[in-house]
Amino acid sequence: MSDSRPPLVEMRGMRISFGGVRAVDDVSLDLLGGEVVGLLGHNGAGKSTLIKMLSGAYRPDAGEIRIDGRPAAINSPRDARRYGIETIYQTLALAENLDAAANLFLGRELRSGWGTLDDVAMEAETRKVMARLNPHFAKFKEPVRALSGGQRQAVAIARAIHFNARVLIMDEPTAALGPQETQQVADLIVQLKKEGIGIFLISHDIHDVFDLSDRVAVMKNGRLVGTARTRAVTKDEVLGMIIVGTCPAAAIPGPDALAVGSA
Amino acid sequence: MSAPRRRAFADLFRATEIDARLVGMLGALVLIWIGVDLLSGGAFLTPRNLWNLSVQTASVAVMAAGMVLVIVARHIDLSVGSVLGFVGMIMGVTQAEFLPKYLGFEHPLIWVIALAVGIAVGAAIGLLHGAIVAYLGVPAFIVTLGGLLVWRGCAWWVTSGRTVAPMDDAFRRMGGGIEGAIGAGWTWVVALLALAAIAFSTLHARRRRRQVGFALRPVWAEVAVAGLAGLAVLAIVLVANSYDLPPRVAERIAAERGLVVPPQGLSIAHGLALPVLIAVGVGIVVTFLARRTRFGRYVFALGGNPEATELSGVDTKRVTVLVFVLMGVLCAIAAAISTARLNAATNAQGMLDELYVIAAAVIGGTSLGGGLGTVAGAMLGALVMQSLQSGMVLMGLDTPLQNIVVGLVLVVAVWLDRLYRSRTLKGSAG
Repeated sequence: MSDSRPPLVEMRGMRISFGGVRAVDDVSLDLLGGEVVGLLGHNGAGKSTLIKMLSGAYRPDAGEIRIDGRPAAINSPRDARRYGIETIYQTLALAENLDAAANLFLGRELRSGWGTLDDVAMEAETRKVMARLNPHFAKFKEPVRALSGGQRQAVAIARAIHFNARVLIMDEPTAALGPQETQQVADLIVQLKKEGIGIFLISHDIHDVFDLSDRVAVMKNGRLVGTARTRAVTKDEVLGMIIVGTCPAAAIPGPDALAVGSA
Repeated sequence: MSAPRRRAFADLFRATEIDARLVGMLGALVLIWIGVDLLSGGAFLTPRNLWNLSVQTASVAVMAAGMVLVIVARHIDLSVGSVLGFVGMIMGVTQAEFLPKYLGFEHPLIWVIALAVGIAVGAAIGLLHGAIVAYLGVPAFIVTLGGLLVWRGCAWWVTSGRTVAPMDDAFRRMGGGIEGAIGAGWTWVVALLALAAIAFSTLHARRRRRQVGFALRPVWAEVAVAGLAGLAVLAIVLVANSYDLPPRVAERIAAERGLVVPPQGLSIAHGLALPVLIAVGVGIVVTFLARRTRFGRYVFALGGNPEATELSGVDTKRVTVLVFVLMGVLCAIAAAISTARLNAATNAQGMLDELYVIAAAVIGGTSLGGGLGTVAGAMLGALVMQSLQSGMVLMGLDTPLQNIVVGLVLVVAVWLDRLYRSRTLKGSAG
């Protein structure tokens, strides 16, 4: 990576509390273009909360977000989208009563010259994107409720990438999928990476992300344990980071991580 | 039918892309009409009764169109009957007591001003309800339950319970009656416009699909759907145009226009009633809002998944407020129809209407869970309810028995709808 170019995303000193509980406490993390960073940790470690501050769903108590080295004001999902940050939530966040096209364009509908919804154009665009993600997909007229888990995932991903996302946040992207669909998502991540998109991959399962990530970042109890190049550490070492909070030698420790052996 | 033949039929039906639920409702309506007609000794299916039925349905149908969107957005409005009563009272006082002081009675502007005041008040009430629901987080059930009591009380307060009458002559046309029917000629004009609209929308949709290379509906299906719609328009025109004005009124009109009354008597048709045209207009506008605008799309998205809608960057609070504003405006229009029809504004006007409106929406296939419902279905639901009710009146059933039947029909209709949905898993938006 060239040092002259600022990282695509920099989060500095991010902090947020809910009712006195520090869900995320002084976490700093960055992401380069074309890089996949796996964000790991137990349920409740603060991964999703951290990322929701980036996607505009939560407003941080403290901390700064920079995009391309410039401070970014992200106060709502709409702001985040303006910076090219797209999120695929664990729950997929689809309106189940609407069809694929309506979901894909939700909040960004295409309109005709008269200001009315242009459903035909939206369906046509949806057909194009879906052809790339899932060539067998044909249920364009059905509400999303009638789709399988993998098909819904494809709709959620289509929604994220259709609008020229630069940063993609995927929260447990394969949690609801079978082996074949998981492979499809993995292939897609490789492809998006090639296009220069930076991807945060959030998971509590190390196996999901280890093969796909360039770096891993581990959180525990709202704090960053450390980050490491995936090739430089073993799965066991990362597991140690997740479970005990120890930071192996090859990793860059977070603010107050334990060194290996001290725990 | 054997299984493959049944499947072939289903395929044919699917090719037409008609909403099967709507067809089911129309079928139920036809069954009710025929049944009631047989039981009442042929008194139901007469032009006169059908014409009256259409006028009686108008007010509830107008409100049902708005209630669909309220329920689709996962809210409810229990206050519509009281809002109708209050707004009706305001419009009554405006035209019968306030404006005549300045303009004199029967001034041509009176009905316009009274209607505008009513719509403004209705919109303001909706704005208040919506803002409390959206920004203060009080559930719509509670806000509008409070509204039910508050606005009924306010209606009383406007005149201390006194009935206001009579209404302005021009205003009264909105309620139907002899003056509120548009006559045979204009009815044909409306019919021709409707036929043109059907033809245009069919061709436009086909051209748009061809532009982006989607599969087209088979021509026979296009012709069948458009043809059926056209036949329905013609049937309505024929009914409206075969209900004649009373002979004495016809003679008076003939005298006014200097016509010679033929020896066999004069027959002048009512034609469509204005309140019915208003209701149809409301139905078209609200359907347009629901299906063709961002606002409508967000209402349905909100009902399907509020969190996802919010995360998509939609201002869900604003959408909620707008839904209630629309409901308030429609209550005002319904109030105009109902005060005009009664030729008075009374304190009890619209009482229990909230129940009929909600029942109409639900019978029309609106899911109380949100996210699902059609304006046309709700308005048909209003027609079904009114058909049952006036049919039972014609059959001479007592009021308590009427209530029992309506209550049972409501429950059975929703049960059938659930059965249908769990079978098909197919929803419809708009």
